[in-house]
Amino acid sequence: MGSPMTTRLEGPAPAMSVALDLVKRGLYLAPVALIASAVFWGGAGAASTAYGLAIVLVNFFLAAWLLQVTGRISFALMGAAAMFGFLLRLGLIFLAVLLVKDQAWVELIPLGLTIIITHLALLFWELKYVSASLAFPGLKPPPVEASASTPSA
Amino acid sequence: MSVLAQVANGLADVAQDVVELAQEATDATGLTADEAKANAAASGAGMAYGLAAIGPGIGIGYLVGQAVQAMARQPESAGQVQTTMFLGIAFTEALALIGFVVFILLKFV
Repeated sequence: MGSPMTTRLEGPAPAMSVALDLVKRGLYLAPVALIASAVFWGGAGAASTAYGLAIVLVNFFLAAWLLQVTGRISFALMGAAAMFGFLLRLGLIFLAVLLVKDQAWVELIPLGLTIIITHLALLFWELKYVSASLAFPGLKPPPVEASASTPSA
Repeated sequence: MSVLAQVANGLADVAQDVVELAQEATDATGLTADEAKANAAASGAGMAYGLAAIGPGIGIGYLVGQAVQAMARQPESAGQVQTTMFLGIAFTEALALIGFVVFILLKFV
């Protein structure tokens, strides 16, 4: 067993690839969220949703970046970064909301709903694609077309 | 009486005590009802955020501790463990975010 103080991550950082994937899916999700928010809360709601989505995506990216940078130094430091990073990111989210809460273009209800819903939706969406396929690409199921064309008997 | 009914009665008693304490504080400090309500909302919002952050803090600490141990035992599986750990952290953090949103809705809306 290696020591967590000296063992470190070699090669590409999987957390960063997951985070970039989450950001990509977040950009796919953005138009739907913006339109839904604009329908219910108007322009201010759409702006708040865009701001909330940016908060969520930056939060994911920052979490992965911290794990990537510290994981290359040692696993113990990565653990510390994960725990203190949690506090740091909560503080940053609090600050980000506090700075704009009185602006005319901010509606707090769609902002809050966006933070919760997009965070969970992106995670569940990503969870569908992570699992064994990330660590073992050979086990990734074939596309539907390919499996459908396989003779059954 | 069922356990749930006892818990509900206990919570109702606590709520009644809080109302009486707030009334006494209002009388003693000379605050208006709106000011007392704003103070209570601020206290409730702060408690909601603080309490909501405790559980995820414990959860992330446990999760990361176990993941680091796993990676130290088997460095060749570090990538897989780190992916799972990252998703676990994000899911656990969602609880704190829900608490945060409840906080901003209670405090500022």
